[in-house]
Amino acid sequence: MSAHADPQTYDAIIIGGGHNGLVAALTLARAHRRVLVLERRAQLGGAASTEELIPGFRFNTGAPNANLLPADVFGLFRQHPPDFMQPAVRAFAPQPDGSGITIWRDTERTAMELATRSAKDAKAYWEFARQLERFAGVLSKMAHLRPPSLTQNPARLLMAWAGLALQLRRLGARDMMDFMRVLPMGAATWLNEHFEDEGIKGLYAAYATTGIMQGPRASGTAFMLLYQHMGGTLQRLVRGGVGAVSESLAKEATQLGVSIRTGAGVARILTSDGGVTGVELEDGEQIHARQVLSNADPHTTFLKLLGSAQLEPRLYRRFRSLKLRGSSATVHFALGGVPQFLGAVGQADRLQGDIIISPSLDYAEQAYDDAKHGRLSAAPVLIARIPSLLDASLAPTRKHTLSVTVRYAPYALAESNWDAERERMGDMVLDMLAEYAPSLRTLVEDRRVITPLDYEREYGLAGGSEMHGQMGLDQLLLNRPVPGSVGFRLGGHGPRGLYICGAGGHPGGGLTGLPGLLAAQQALQEQP
Amino acid sequence: MANSATYDAIVIGGGHNGLVNAAYLARAGLKTLVLEQRHVLGGATVSEEIYPGFKFSVFSYVVSLMRPEIIRELELVRHGLTILPLESTITPLPDGRYIYRGPDSAATFRNISQFSTRDAEAYREYSYAMYHMAKAVKYILSIRPPDPTSFDPRELLALLKLGKHFLSLGEENIYTLAKLMTMSSADFLEEWFETDPLIATLSASGIIGTFLGPRSPGSAYVLLHHYMGEIDGVFRAWGFARGGTGGVAEAIASSARALGAELRTEARVAHVITRNGRAVGVALENGDEIYAKRIISSLDPKLTFLKLVDQNELPSDLVNRVGKFDSYGSSGKVNLALDAMPELSCLPGYGEHMRGAISISPSVNYIERAYDEAKYGRFAKKPYVDIIFPSAIDPGMAPPGKHVMSCFVQYAPYQLAEGDWNSQREAFGDAVVDTLSEYMPNLKQLILHRQVLSPWDIEQTIGLSGGNIFQGELSLSQLFFLRPAPGYAQYRTPIANYYQCGSGTHPGGGITGAPGRLAAIEILKDAGKVLQ
Amino acid sequence: MPIPSPLYSRTAALCTTQEWRDWSGYFSAITYGPSYEVEYYAVRNAAGLMDASPLYKYEIRGADAERLLDRMVTRNVAKSRVGQVLYTPWCDEDGKVIDDGTLARLGPQHFRLTAADPSLRWLQDVGYGLDVELRDVSTELAALALQGPNSYAILQSLLPKAKLGGLRYYNLLQTEFNHTPLTITRTGYTGDLGYELWVAPEHAPALWDSIMETGAGYGILPLGLAALDILRVEAGLLLIEVDYSSTLHARIPDQQSSPYEIGLGWAVDLDKPDFIGKQALQAEHAAGTPRSLVGLEVNWYDLERLFGEANLPPQVAGRASRTAVPVYAGEEHVGQATSMVFSPILKKYIALATVRSEHAALGSQLEFEITVEYVRKRASATVTKMPFYNPAQKRALPNG
Repeated sequence: MSAHADPQTYDAIIIGGGHNGLVAALTLARAHRRVLVLERRAQLGGAASTEELIPGFRFNTGAPNANLLPADVFGLFRQHPPDFMQPAVRAFAPQPDGSGITIWRDTERTAMELATRSAKDAKAYWEFARQLERFAGVLSKMAHLRPPSLTQNPARLLMAWAGLALQLRRLGARDMMDFMRVLPMGAATWLNEHFEDEGIKGLYAAYATTGIMQGPRASGTAFMLLYQHMGGTLQRLVRGGVGAVSESLAKEATQLGVSIRTGAGVARILTSDGGVTGVELEDGEQIHARQVLSNADPHTTFLKLLGSAQLEPRLYRRFRSLKLRGSSATVHFALGGVPQFLGAVGQADRLQGDIIISPSLDYAEQAYDDAKHGRLSAAPVLIARIPSLLDASLAPTRKHTLSVTVRYAPYALAESNWDAERERMGDMVLDMLAEYAPSLRTLVEDRRVITPLDYEREYGLAGGSEMHGQMGLDQLLLNRPVPGSVGFRLGGHGPRGLYICGAGGHPGGGLTGLPGLLAAQQALQEQP
Repeated sequence: MANSATYDAIVIGGGHNGLVNAAYLARAGLKTLVLEQRHVLGGATVSEEIYPGFKFSVFSYVVSLMRPEIIRELELVRHGLTILPLESTITPLPDGRYIYRGPDSAATFRNISQFSTRDAEAYREYSYAMYHMAKAVKYILSIRPPDPTSFDPRELLALLKLGKHFLSLGEENIYTLAKLMTMSSADFLEEWFETDPLIATLSASGIIGTFLGPRSPGSAYVLLHHYMGEIDGVFRAWGFARGGTGGVAEAIASSARALGAELRTEARVAHVITRNGRAVGVALENGDEIYAKRIISSLDPKLTFLKLVDQNELPSDLVNRVGKFDSYGSSGKVNLALDAMPELSCLPGYGEHMRGAISISPSVNYIERAYDEAKYGRFAKKPYVDIIFPSAIDPGMAPPGKHVMSCFVQYAPYQLAEGDWNSQREAFGDAVVDTLSEYMPNLKQLILHRQVLSPWDIEQTIGLSGGNIFQGELSLSQLFFLRPAPGYAQYRTPIANYYQCGSGTHPGGGITGAPGRLAAIEILKDAGKVLQ
Repeated sequence: MPIPSPLYSRTAALCTTQEWRDWSGYFSAITYGPSYEVEYYAVRNAAGLMDASPLYKYEIRGADAERLLDRMVTRNVAKSRVGQVLYTPWCDEDGKVIDDGTLARLGPQHFRLTAADPSLRWLQDVGYGLDVELRDVSTELAALALQGPNSYAILQSLLPKAKLGGLRYYNLLQTEFNHTPLTITRTGYTGDLGYELWVAPEHAPALWDSIMETGAGYGILPLGLAALDILRVEAGLLLIEVDYSSTLHARIPDQQSSPYEIGLGWAVDLDKPDFIGKQALQAEHAAGTPRSLVGLEVNWYDLERLFGEANLPPQVAGRASRTAVPVYAGEEHVGQATSMVFSPILKKYIALATVRSEHAALGSQLEFEITVEYVRKRASATVTKMPFYNPAQKRALPNG
C-alpha cells in the first residue's frame, strides 16, 4: 500500500460532511479515489441531520423529508440503505373556517375531496396535477445534466442541450409551449389559471416560495413549485429521521475507505499557481490533495475559505452579488401527544405529510411584504411536520415531535436582531398554530427556535440560506452559484481543482444528492 | 357585389402600430383602409388640446424606441416628425439633495460622487454593459419570433440563427443577458451600485407599464426594454416628439396617406366578418360592412380574439390562453396645465434640468410600498412619478410662459379593491399632486387645469383592455414566441387572412412601430410580396 | 461642463487664448499664448509649468497595501524601495490593460497611485478582505508638473533645503512648502528633466506663483496640453483612449490591448507571484504577442514628393493629431498610427503606431497613409527606436 505512505495526501478533500459532500465522497471512492471528508461539526449530515435538540426528542434540523432524492442516488446505497416510509398524504392545509384541504398521493381522492369546495377546482386539479408531474419531470431531467460550458466547442454544447431539447419536444407542442410559459411565471399566475379556491392556491404558494425571498406573485416561484415536485407528489420520510440518509452514506463511504473526520473545521483552501493544493484546518494543520470539493456554501467557500486576494475582481464581484436571502426559521416542539387540527380531527393520517398554514395567495404575499421590508411576517406561512406519527423512534412513547418552518423570517432584520426576536417568534408560531390546533398549547413540553442567524452560526449557512444561495431563475444552471460556474468550477478564472459540491451548485438545494454526484463526476472527468 | 373585396387590406385601429402597418402595406401597393373608432388617430400616441391653448401628450409621452428603419423607410421626417432630445433625469430627495444624470458626464460623475465615488465610477461601466445588452437584444427586436415547437426547417434554421446570435455575444454578455431576463431590476442594479436613490431611479425603468415592483423578478428585462431606445443610432437616448406624442402618429398617418392608404376616423368596428374560416371584411357599429382581402387588428389580444371574432372560430386553447393574457394596467397619467414653471426646491430655477425628466423615486422601498398598495387593489398614496414638461422642450405645447406638465404615475391598479375609478379618480389626482408638492412647493397654485387618467379611463378612452399601456404585461411568459399566445406569435391567427399587428405581439409595447412593421412583412409574404 | 481645478485662478489669468479642454471634468488650458511652439521649446530648452491636478490619485495604506498593489499592477511592488516611483500598467483577468499610472512608495505601508481614469472601485474589489485603507485623494491633492532642463535649478532655488540634487529619475522626496507637506516626484510626461509636485489644493496657487516667480529668470512658461502632446509623442509616451483603449471601455475584443501590445512588456514581471492577468500574460508571452507598439518616422522626402505633385509643401500635423490612420506593409493593412506630429526639435514627422508584430522590428519599412488635397496617398515610414527624443538630463543627476 505505497499509496498510503503519506497519510496526509489525498486525491480529493471534501469540505463538509453534508449529504452532498458524502454523496461526492462516495462517488469518488467508487472510482478508487482516496478521499477525506472534513466536517466542522461533531455530527455528520449538515442540513440533512436529525438531532436530539430536546432530551428524548429527535428532530430533523434541516431537510424534513427525502421527497427529492432521485433513483441514481438510491443506487449509491449498497450495504446500508435507509428505510423509507411513504404515507398516503402529501399535504394538509387547515383553513380559517375550520375546514381542511388534503393533497393525497392519489389524484382521484384529492379531486374528490376538492369537489366539496369547488367542482371547478376538482376538475382543474386533474389537469394541474398532470402538468405538475410532466413539467417537474422535465426539470428533473435537467437537474441530472451537468450544465455545459459556453466556451467549449459548439458541437459539444449542442450535444449537451440537444438531449434536453428532445425532452422538451417530447412533451408535445402544447405542453412544451406551456412549460416554457410556466417556467418563468409567478406561481400565483399559474395557480390562478387553474383554481378559484384560495385555500388550494395558498397551499401550493407555500411550496412555491420555499427558500425564495419572494412572494407567490414573483416570477420564478412557479419554477420552485415544480422543483419541489421533482420527486412527484409522494411524501417520502426516513425512519430514524432524515439524518439516517447521511449516516447510511457515511457507512457506505467508510466501507470504501473514505476517511471522515468530524470536529475538523477548514480555515482556508490552499492554492498555488492557480490550482488548489489542499486545505488548512482551523488548528493550523495542512492537508494536501489535488482536488477540493466544497460542500460549504459558495459564499463561504469562495469569499472566506479561498479568501482575500485569491479571487480575481470579476469573480469577487459575482460572489459579492450572490443572493443568499435566507428567509426561513424553524420552531421545534416537543409534544406530549398528537395535536388535533381543525379539519382533520381524529384523522391523524391527514397529518403525516406537510401541514400547511397558508390560506390564500394574498396571505402568502402579505407575509412576504413584511419580509421585503426587513420584518418577520406578522402572519407567516407555516409548514409543520410531525414525523413521529410514522416513526415512534423519534420521541419517547406516546410523545411527538413537531417541527414548524416559518416563512418569512428574513436573515437581515431592518429594525431588530434575531437574538432579540427568537423567543417572540416561538410564541407567535405557537399562537398561530393553536388557532388551527387548539389542543396544541397544552401539549407543548418544550421547544427550540432556530432563526436564520442560527442557521448561519451553527450550520455555517451564510446568510441563513438553506439553499446555499436563493434559487431564483437568475441563480440557476450556468448562473449557479454565480455566472460562469461551468462544471461546478468557475470557468477559466477560478482555481483549478476546486469544485462546489453542495446545494450552491446545479441543480440546487434540497435533499437530492445531485450537486454532490454531478460535481464528483466532473472532478473525475477533469483528473482521470 | 356586397361581399366583393373593396380593399386589399383593412387595419382595425389607428394607433401608431396600425398606422405603421397600413403605411407599409400601402407602400407595397395594397389598397389599404385604416378604421379608427375615435375622432383622432394615434391611439395611445396622441396629442390633444384638452385645455385651450395647452396640448397634452395624453397617454404616451416620450419616444425612445421608435425603430430608425421605420423613420427612414416611411420618410417620417418629411412628414413632420422631429424628435427633440430629452437627455437628463433628476431625482429630488426628501433631504433636499438630488441625483442628476445627464449628457454632461462630468456633472453626472460629480453628482453621484456626492453619494458614492464607487457608484459614480460604476455608472460609467454600467453604461457600457447596457450598451452590450441593448446590442444583444436589438437583433431579437428585429426578427419574427420562431416557433420552437415546429419541425419546419425554416423555423429550425431561425432557431439555430438565434442560438448563434446568442453565442456570438461572448461569455460575459450571455451571463449578463441571462440575469437581465430573470432578475429584478433592483437586484440587478444592486450588483452595480450602493446608493439607494440611484438604484431606485434606475430601477424605475424596470417597472414602467408593468404590474411589478423593482424587487420583482422580471423587472430587469423591462429595464432593458427601456434601454433599447435609439434615436439616430444613439443608444439610450430618449426624446420628445415635436407637437407631443401625437406628432409621431400624425407623421406616420401623413406618410400612410401619401402612400395611398385611406384613413377613416369615428369608424368603430363591431366585428370581423368571416366566411368559411376566412376573414373577408368588417362590420362597423353603424351597420356598414366593408370587405377586404385581409383584415389586420392592431387592437390588443383580448379585443382581437375575444371581441372582434366569434370565439367558436378559434381553437379553445387560444381562447383560453388569451382569456388569461395578463393585461392589467398599473399606471395612470396626470396631465397639468400650469400658469408658470414650478420650482423644484432641491434645485430652484428654470435650468436645463427642467427640460429633462424629473423622477419621484427617492428609494427602492418607496416604490415597493407603492407597489404593495397596488397588489391589493389600492392606488399608491405616495406613488412613483415620472415627470416631463413638454412645453419646456417644445414651446409650441403651451401659450408663451405657460407650461404643460406630464406626470406618469405608478401604481394605479385597473381593478380597485374598493370603489371604482369614477369615485376614486380625483382622490388619485390629489395624491399625485400632494406628492409632487413635497418637491415643488408652489405647484398647487400654478395649476390651471388637471386631467387625471386611470387605467380604467385609458380603457374607456382608447380601448386598451385593462388599461395596460403595453397591450399586455412584458413578462417572460408573454414575450417573444409566447406573445400574445404560444403558436400565434407570428402575427397570423387561426382565421385565414386575419392578422394582428399591435403591441400585444412581439416585440411588445412602447412607441416602436416594430410590431406593425414585422406584421407587415408577414402579411406581404402571404400576399406574395416583399417589404421593400 | 468642466469645473475649475484648484489652479484655475492662475491658469485662467494666463490663458489668453481661452482655449480649454475638458480633462476629467476640469478646465485645462490647451495653449496659453498664440504659439504652442513657444511653450514646447520652453520645456525643451528652459522650463514649463503645467497644472496636472485633474489626474486621479489614490492613497493605499496598511499592512496589506503592498500585497494589494502587487496583486493589481504588473510590476513588482515588493521589490520597490520607499522613495521609489514605479510607472506601471494594470490589467483585467484576461491580461488586458485597464489603465496606467505612477505608483509612489511613500512608506513601507503607504503608497500613492495616479490614474487617468477613476479607479477606486477596482482598487476596492482587488483589495476586498485585505487590511488596507483606500482613499480617493483626487480632490485632496493638486498636482503641478515642472518640466524642462531648468526645472532643477528653479525648484532648488525655491526650496533650498530639499536635497533635489540627489533625487534620481523615478524617485521622490517629501518636503514642505509654506509649512505644508509637499511631495516631489522626479517624473513627468515630457521625456525631459522634470518634477511633479503634489500638494494640498489650498496651497497649490501659492506654489504655482512661487515657481513662476522664481522661474521667470530661467525662462519658465506655463505649459498647455497642445505642447504637452508633442512632448509626449517625442518621448514615446502613451495616451489612454488615443494610443490604446482601456479594456473597460472596449466595445469589441479587438479594442483591448495587453501590456505587450502597447510596448509595456518591460513592465510585466512574470516572475512575481499571482497577479491579476498573470495567467493570460504568461500565455501571451509564451505564444508571442500579435501586435506591437512602434515608433514610426515618416520619410520626409516622400512627403515632399507626394505634396509636391499637388504643388504643395508638405502639410503635416503641427499639433499632434489623434486621428488614427492606417499603416500598410505593401498592399497589406498591418495596423494604425494613433498619434502623430511633426517634431519641432527633430524636424521629423513621427508617429506612435500599433502594427502586427512581424512588422515591428527596428528598421521595418512600412507605409503610412497621408491625405494630399483630399486624395489618399501613402508615404514610406521606418520603424524607429523610441523615445524619438531622449535627452541625457532626463535620467542624469542634475548637478552630477
